[in-house]
Amino acid sequence: MAEVVQAPPGVEGAGFFATTLDSVVGLARKSSLWPLPFATSCCGIEYMATMGSHYDISRFGSERVSFSPRQADLLMVMGTIAKKMAPIVRRVYEQMAEPRWVIAVGACASSGGVFDSYSVLQGIDRIIPVDVYVPGCPPRPEMILDGLMKIQELAANESQRRRDSEEYQNLLASYNLA
Amino acid sequence: MKQAISNEAALQILQARFGSDIFDGSEPYGMLTVYTKRERLIELLEFVKESPELQMNFLTDITAVHYPERAGAEFDVVYHCHSWPLNFRLRIKVSVSVDDPSVPTAVPVHLCANWLERECYDFFGIIFVGHPNLVRILNMDEMDYHPMRKEYTLEDPTRRDKVDLQFGR
Repeated sequence: MAEVVQAPPGVEGAGFFATTLDSVVGLARKSSLWPLPFATSCCGIEYMATMGSHYDISRFGSERVSFSPRQADLLMVMGTIAKKMAPIVRRVYEQMAEPRWVIAVGACASSGGVFDSYSVLQGIDRIIPVDVYVPGCPPRPEMILDGLMKIQELAANESQRRRDSEEYQNLLASYNLA
Repeated sequence: MKQAISNEAALQILQARFGSDIFDGSEPYGMLTVYTKRERLIELLEFVKESPELQMNFLTDITAVHYPERAGAEFDVVYHCHSWPLNFRLRIKVSVSVDDPSVPTAVPVHLCANWLERECYDFFGIIFVGHPNLVRILNMDEMDYHPMRKEYTLEDPTRRDKVDLQFGR
Protein backbone atom coordinates (compact mmCIF):
# COMPACT_ATOMS: atom_id res chain seq x y z
CA MET A 1 0.00 0.00 0.00
CA ALA A 2 1.33 3.40 -0.90
CA GLU A 3 2.21 5.61 1.99
CA VAL A 4 -0.28 8.46 2.14
CA VAL A 5 1.24 10.70 4.80
CA GLN A 6 4.31 10.45 6.96
CA ALA A 7 3.64 9.62 10.59
CA PRO A 8 4.63 12.43 12.95
CA PRO A 9 7.75 11.96 15.08
CA GLY A 10 7.02 9.88 18.19
CA VAL A 11 7.89 6.88 20.31
CA GLU A 12 7.09 3.56 18.74
CA GLY A 13 7.04 0.18 20.43
CA ALA A 14 5.26 -3.15 20.26
CA GLY A 15 1.55 -2.34 19.93
CA PHE A 16 1.76 1.36 20.71
CA PHE A 17 2.81 4.66 19.20
CA ALA A 18 3.04 7.78 21.32
CA THR A 19 3.17 11.31 19.95
CA THR A 20 1.77 14.74 20.73
CA LEU A 21 -1.88 15.56 20.19
CA ASP A 22 -0.86 18.73 18.35
CA SER A 23 0.95 16.80 15.65
CA VAL A 24 -1.85 14.26 15.14
CA VAL A 25 -4.54 16.93 14.91
CA GLY A 26 -2.26 19.03 12.70
CA LEU A 27 -1.73 16.07 10.40
CA ALA A 28 -5.46 15.43 10.14
CA ARG A 29 -6.30 19.07 9.49
CA LYS A 30 -3.53 19.48 6.96
CA SER A 31 -4.77 16.53 4.94
CA SER A 32 -8.44 17.51 4.85
CA LEU A 33 -8.63 21.24 4.36
CA TRP A 34 -12.07 22.05 2.99
CA PRO A 35 -11.78 25.16 0.88
CA LEU A 36 -14.51 27.70 0.26
CA PRO A 37 -13.73 29.25 -3.13
CA PHE A 38 -14.79 32.89 -3.19
CA ALA A 39 -14.10 33.38 -6.88
CA THR A 40 -15.01 36.70 -8.45
CA SER A 41 -12.86 36.91 -11.57
CA CYS A 42 -10.03 35.42 -13.63
CA CYS A 43 -8.19 33.94 -10.63
CA GLY A 44 -11.32 31.87 -10.13
CA ILE A 45 -10.85 30.44 -13.62
CA GLU A 46 -7.32 29.42 -12.66
CA TYR A 47 -8.76 27.80 -9.57
CA MET A 48 -11.14 25.79 -11.75
CA ALA A 49 -8.08 24.47 -13.59
CA THR A 50 -6.50 23.76 -10.21
CA MET A 51 -9.54 21.68 -9.29
CA GLY A 52 -9.47 19.81 -12.60
CA SER A 53 -7.82 16.48 -13.24
CA HIS A 54 -4.57 17.92 -14.61
CA TYR A 55 -3.52 19.89 -11.51
CA ASP A 56 -5.93 18.12 -9.16
CA ILE A 57 -6.17 19.93 -5.86
CA SER A 58 -7.62 16.71 -4.37
CA ARG A 59 -4.05 15.35 -4.18
CA PHE A 60 -3.73 17.70 -1.21
CA GLY A 61 -6.89 16.62 0.54
CA SER A 62 -8.89 19.61 -0.67
CA GLU A 63 -11.21 18.03 -3.19
CA ARG A 64 -14.23 18.58 -0.99
CA VAL A 65 -15.08 22.14 -1.94
CA SER A 66 -17.42 23.56 0.65
CA PHE A 67 -19.88 26.21 -0.43
CA SER A 68 -21.13 26.48 3.11
CA PRO A 69 -18.81 28.64 5.22
CA ARG A 70 -19.81 26.70 8.33
CA GLN A 71 -18.11 23.56 7.05
CA ALA A 72 -15.11 25.24 5.45
CA ASP A 73 -11.61 25.48 6.89
CA LEU A 74 -10.02 27.64 4.24
CA LEU A 75 -11.42 30.76 2.61
CA MET A 76 -9.87 31.21 -0.82
CA VAL A 77 -10.56 34.71 -2.10
CA MET A 78 -9.78 34.77 -5.80
CA GLY A 79 -10.41 37.93 -7.73
CA THR A 80 -11.28 41.58 -7.43
CA ILE A 81 -13.37 42.45 -4.40
CA ALA A 82 -15.44 45.56 -4.95
CA LYS A 83 -16.13 47.66 -1.89
CA LYS A 84 -19.77 46.72 -2.20
CA MET A 85 -18.75 43.06 -1.99
CA ALA A 86 -16.51 43.58 1.05
CA PRO A 87 -19.22 43.12 3.73
CA ILE A 88 -20.18 39.81 2.11
CA VAL A 89 -16.58 38.50 2.22
CA ARG A 90 -16.48 39.56 5.83
CA ARG A 91 -19.72 37.84 6.69
CA VAL A 92 -18.56 34.62 5.02
CA TYR A 93 -15.39 34.79 7.13
CA GLU A 94 -17.40 35.43 10.28
CA GLN A 95 -19.55 32.37 9.59
CA MET A 96 -16.56 30.06 9.36
CA ALA A 97 -15.71 28.04 12.45
CA GLU A 98 -12.25 28.09 14.03
CA PRO A 99 -9.70 27.06 13.05
CA ARG A 100 -9.97 28.94 9.79
CA TRP A 101 -7.41 30.09 7.30
CA VAL A 102 -7.55 32.65 4.52
CA ILE A 103 -5.62 32.73 1.28
CA ALA A 104 -5.64 35.77 -1.00
CA VAL A 105 -5.12 34.55 -4.55
CA GLY A 106 -3.86 37.02 -7.12
CA ALA A 107 -2.94 40.68 -7.21
CA CYS A 108 -6.51 41.98 -6.78
CA ALA A 109 -7.35 40.03 -3.63
CA SER A 110 -3.91 40.83 -2.21
CA SER A 111 -3.69 44.53 -2.99
CA GLY A 112 -6.41 45.68 -5.36
CA GLY A 113 -4.06 44.98 -8.26
CA VAL A 114 -4.46 47.23 -11.26
CA PHE A 115 -7.84 48.37 -9.96
CA ASP A 116 -6.64 51.32 -7.94
CA SER A 117 -10.14 52.72 -8.03
CA TYR A 118 -12.69 54.28 -5.73
CA SER A 119 -14.92 51.25 -6.11
CA VAL A 120 -12.43 48.44 -5.42
CA LEU A 121 -11.20 47.17 -2.06
CA GLN A 122 -7.43 47.61 -1.98
CA GLY A 123 -6.67 44.12 -0.71
CA ILE A 124 -8.85 41.86 1.43
CA ASP A 125 -6.49 42.22 4.39
CA ARG A 126 -8.28 45.51 4.98
CA ILE A 127 -11.33 43.61 6.21
CA ILE A 128 -10.17 40.14 7.27
CA PRO A 129 -6.81 38.67 8.37
CA VAL A 130 -4.95 36.81 5.61
CA ASP A 131 -2.58 33.88 6.14
CA VAL A 132 -1.08 33.39 2.69
CA TYR A 133 -0.84 35.69 -0.33
CA VAL A 134 -0.41 34.22 -3.80
CA PRO A 135 1.02 36.77 -6.25
CA GLY A 136 0.22 36.80 -9.95
CA CYS A 137 -2.31 38.22 -12.36
CA PRO A 138 -3.66 35.62 -12.46
CA PRO A 139 -1.35 33.10 -10.75
CA ARG A 140 -0.85 29.77 -12.48
CA PRO A 141 -2.47 26.69 -10.89
CA GLU A 142 0.99 25.61 -9.65
CA MET A 143 1.17 28.83 -7.65
CA ILE A 144 -2.29 28.31 -6.16
CA LEU A 145 -1.21 24.80 -5.17
CA ASP A 146 1.94 26.27 -3.64
CA GLY A 147 -0.24 28.65 -1.63
CA LEU A 148 -2.37 25.74 -0.49
CA MET A 149 0.73 23.84 0.58
CA LYS A 150 1.83 26.86 2.60
CA ILE A 151 -1.54 26.73 4.36
CA GLN A 152 -1.03 23.01 4.93
CA GLU A 153 2.28 23.81 6.59
CA LEU A 154 0.56 26.35 8.84
CA ALA A 155 -2.23 23.90 9.70
CA ALA A 156 0.18 21.05 10.45
CA ASN A 157 2.37 23.12 12.75
CA GLU A 158 -0.24 25.18 14.52
CA SER A 159 -0.47 24.82 18.28
CA GLN A 160 -3.89 23.78 19.55
CA ARG A 161 -3.78 26.79 21.85
CA ARG A 162 -2.97 29.36 19.19
CA ARG A 163 -6.60 30.37 18.56
CA ASP A 164 -7.07 31.09 22.27
CA SER A 165 -3.90 33.12 22.53
CA GLU A 166 -3.99 36.78 23.35
CA GLU A 167 -2.06 37.56 20.19
CA TYR A 168 -4.71 35.91 18.01
CA GLN A 169 -7.55 37.55 19.90
CA ASN A 170 -5.84 40.91 19.44
CA LEU A 171 -5.50 40.22 15.72
CA LEU A 172 -9.24 39.57 15.44
CA ALA A 173 -9.98 42.59 17.58
CA SER A 174 -7.90 44.78 15.27
CA TYR A 175 -10.37 43.79 12.51
CA ASN A 176 -13.35 44.29 14.83
CA LEU A 177 -14.06 40.57 14.62
CA ALA A 178 -15.16 38.23 17.38
CA MET B 1 -29.69 47.71 -42.59
CA LYS B 2 -29.25 51.24 -43.74
CA GLN B 3 -30.56 54.12 -41.66
CA ALA B 4 -34.09 54.56 -43.06
CA ILE B 5 -34.31 58.28 -42.31
CA SER B 6 -31.56 60.83 -42.91
CA ASN B 7 -30.20 62.95 -40.11
CA GLU B 8 -31.31 66.09 -41.96
CA ALA B 9 -34.89 64.84 -42.35
CA ALA B 10 -35.06 63.85 -38.70
CA LEU B 11 -33.69 67.20 -37.58
CA GLN B 12 -36.33 68.96 -39.70
CA ILE B 13 -39.09 66.91 -38.06
CA LEU B 14 -37.77 67.88 -34.63
CA GLN B 15 -37.39 71.55 -35.50
CA ALA B 16 -40.83 71.71 -37.07
CA ARG B 17 -42.30 70.70 -33.72
CA PHE B 18 -39.90 72.25 -31.20
CA GLY B 19 -38.47 75.22 -33.12
CA SER B 20 -35.69 76.99 -31.29
CA ASP B 21 -35.91 74.61 -28.32
CA ILE B 22 -33.87 72.21 -30.47
CA PHE B 23 -30.43 73.73 -30.87
CA ASP B 24 -26.70 73.09 -31.34
CA GLY B 25 -27.28 70.15 -33.69
CA SER B 26 -24.18 68.17 -34.66
CA GLU B 27 -23.24 64.78 -36.07
CA PRO B 28 -20.30 63.28 -34.16
CA TYR B 29 -19.42 59.96 -35.87
CA GLY B 30 -22.58 60.33 -37.96
CA MET B 31 -24.98 60.26 -35.02
CA LEU B 32 -27.48 63.11 -34.87
CA THR B 33 -27.00 65.03 -31.63
CA VAL B 34 -29.21 67.87 -30.41
CA TYR B 35 -29.54 69.95 -27.31
CA THR B 36 -32.90 70.80 -25.83
CA LYS B 37 -34.23 72.68 -22.85
CA ARG B 38 -34.94 70.95 -19.56
CA GLU B 39 -38.59 72.05 -19.68
CA ARG B 40 -39.25 70.31 -22.99
CA LEU B 41 -37.14 67.18 -22.50
CA ILE B 42 -39.92 64.76 -21.58
CA GLU B 43 -42.16 66.15 -24.30
CA LEU B 44 -39.33 65.57 -26.78
CA LEU B 45 -38.67 61.99 -25.60
CA GLU B 46 -42.38 61.26 -25.86
CA PHE B 47 -42.60 62.88 -29.28
CA VAL B 48 -39.76 60.88 -30.83
CA LYS B 49 -41.18 57.70 -29.31
CA GLU B 50 -44.73 58.21 -30.57
CA SER B 51 -44.00 59.97 -33.84
CA PRO B 52 -44.83 57.67 -36.78
CA GLU B 53 -41.94 59.19 -38.76
CA LEU B 54 -39.31 58.50 -36.12
CA GLN B 55 -40.62 55.53 -34.06
CA MET B 56 -37.81 55.83 -31.49
CA ASN B 57 -39.20 53.12 -29.26
CA PHE B 58 -35.99 52.25 -27.43
CA LEU B 59 -34.06 54.25 -24.85
CA THR B 60 -30.53 52.86 -25.04
CA ASP B 61 -28.87 54.82 -22.28
CA ILE B 62 -28.96 57.81 -19.98
CA THR B 63 -25.68 59.22 -18.79
CA ALA B 64 -24.09 62.53 -17.95
CA VAL B 65 -20.90 64.44 -18.69
CA HIS B 66 -19.22 66.78 -16.26
CA TYR B 67 -17.66 69.96 -17.66
CA PRO B 68 -16.38 71.77 -14.55
CA GLU B 69 -15.13 74.71 -16.63
CA ARG B 70 -18.57 75.56 -18.07
CA ALA B 71 -19.94 77.89 -15.39
CA GLY B 72 -23.71 77.52 -15.01
CA ALA B 73 -23.91 74.48 -17.30
CA GLU B 74 -21.54 72.06 -15.61
CA PHE B 75 -23.46 68.91 -16.55
CA ASP B 76 -24.82 67.56 -19.78
CA VAL B 77 -27.42 64.85 -19.23
CA VAL B 78 -27.36 62.64 -22.32
CA TYR B 79 -30.20 60.48 -23.66
CA HIS B 80 -29.59 57.92 -26.39
CA CYS B 81 -32.71 57.02 -28.33
CA HIS B 82 -32.92 54.28 -30.90
CA SER B 83 -35.52 53.47 -33.51
CA TRP B 84 -35.60 49.73 -34.16
CA PRO B 85 -37.84 50.00 -37.25
CA LEU B 86 -35.73 52.73 -38.90
CA ASN B 87 -32.28 51.80 -37.53
CA PHE B 88 -31.86 55.41 -36.54
CA ARG B 89 -30.20 56.81 -33.46
CA LEU B 90 -30.55 60.18 -31.79
CA ARG B 91 -28.60 61.71 -28.93
CA ILE B 92 -30.43 64.31 -26.84
CA LYS B 93 -28.54 66.51 -24.41
CA VAL B 94 -29.73 68.81 -21.66
CA SER B 95 -27.40 71.17 -19.83
CA VAL B 96 -27.89 71.74 -16.11
CA SER B 97 -25.88 73.61 -13.52
CA VAL B 98 -24.05 72.10 -10.57
CA ASP B 99 -26.21 74.17 -8.18
CA ASP B 100 -29.43 72.69 -9.55
CA PRO B 101 -28.51 69.39 -11.24
CA SER B 102 -32.07 68.25 -11.77
CA VAL B 103 -34.07 67.07 -14.76
CA PRO B 104 -37.54 65.56 -14.89
CA THR B 105 -37.70 61.78 -14.82
CA ALA B 106 -38.24 59.86 -18.05
CA VAL B 107 -39.75 56.84 -16.28
CA PRO B 108 -43.34 57.61 -17.42
CA VAL B 109 -42.12 57.52 -21.06
CA HIS B 110 -39.59 54.65 -20.88
CA LEU B 111 -39.78 52.21 -17.95
CA CYS B 112 -36.14 51.26 -18.47
CA ALA B 113 -35.18 54.80 -17.48
CA ASN B 114 -35.70 53.74 -13.87
CA TRP B 115 -32.35 51.98 -13.49
CA LEU B 116 -30.54 54.23 -15.98
CA GLU B 117 -31.47 57.29 -13.94
CA ARG B 118 -30.43 55.61 -10.72
CA GLU B 119 -27.03 54.91 -12.26
CA CYS B 120 -26.73 58.49 -13.45
CA TYR B 121 -27.67 59.73 -9.98
CA ASP B 122 -25.20 57.33 -8.39
CA PHE B 123 -22.23 58.50 -10.43
CA PHE B 124 -23.00 62.15 -11.18
CA GLY B 125 -25.55 63.21 -8.59
CA ILE B 126 -28.12 64.25 -11.17
CA ILE B 127 -31.52 64.52 -9.48
CA PHE B 128 -34.32 63.04 -11.57
CA VAL B 129 -37.40 64.80 -10.29
CA GLY B 130 -40.34 62.42 -9.93
CA HIS B 131 -38.28 59.24 -10.01
CA PRO B 132 -40.04 56.52 -7.97
CA ASN B 133 -36.90 55.29 -6.15
CA LEU B 134 -33.86 57.49 -6.65
CA VAL B 135 -31.18 55.61 -4.67
CA ARG B 136 -27.72 54.30 -5.56
CA ILE B 137 -27.65 51.27 -7.80
CA LEU B 138 -23.99 50.25 -8.32
CA ASN B 139 -21.82 51.86 -5.67
CA MET B 140 -22.01 50.90 -2.04
CA ASP B 141 -24.81 52.56 -0.11
CA GLU B 142 -22.40 54.19 2.37
CA MET B 143 -20.65 56.18 -0.35
CA ASP B 144 -21.09 59.87 0.37
CA TYR B 145 -20.12 61.42 -2.96
CA HIS B 146 -20.71 60.99 -6.67
CA PRO B 147 -17.46 59.53 -7.98
CA MET B 148 -17.60 60.48 -11.66
CA ARG B 149 -17.60 64.18 -10.86
CA LYS B 150 -14.27 65.59 -11.91
CA GLU B 151 -13.32 66.99 -8.51
CA TYR B 152 -12.89 63.45 -7.14
CA THR B 153 -9.88 61.32 -7.98
CA LEU B 154 -10.33 58.03 -9.74
CA GLU B 155 -7.83 56.30 -7.44
CA ASP B 156 -8.70 54.93 -4.04
CA PRO B 157 -7.84 57.76 -1.65
CA THR B 158 -6.79 55.40 1.16
CA ARG B 159 -3.76 53.86 -0.59
CA ARG B 160 -0.52 54.99 1.03
CA ASP B 161 1.96 52.75 -0.77
CA LYS B 162 1.74 54.50 -4.12
CA VAL B 163 4.36 57.21 -4.36
CA ASP B 164 3.95 59.76 -7.13
CA LEU B 165 7.61 59.33 -8.06
CA GLN B 166 6.97 55.74 -9.18
CA PHE B 167 4.42 56.95 -11.67
CA GLY B 168 6.38 59.91 -13.01
CA ARG B 169 4.00 62.40 -11.46
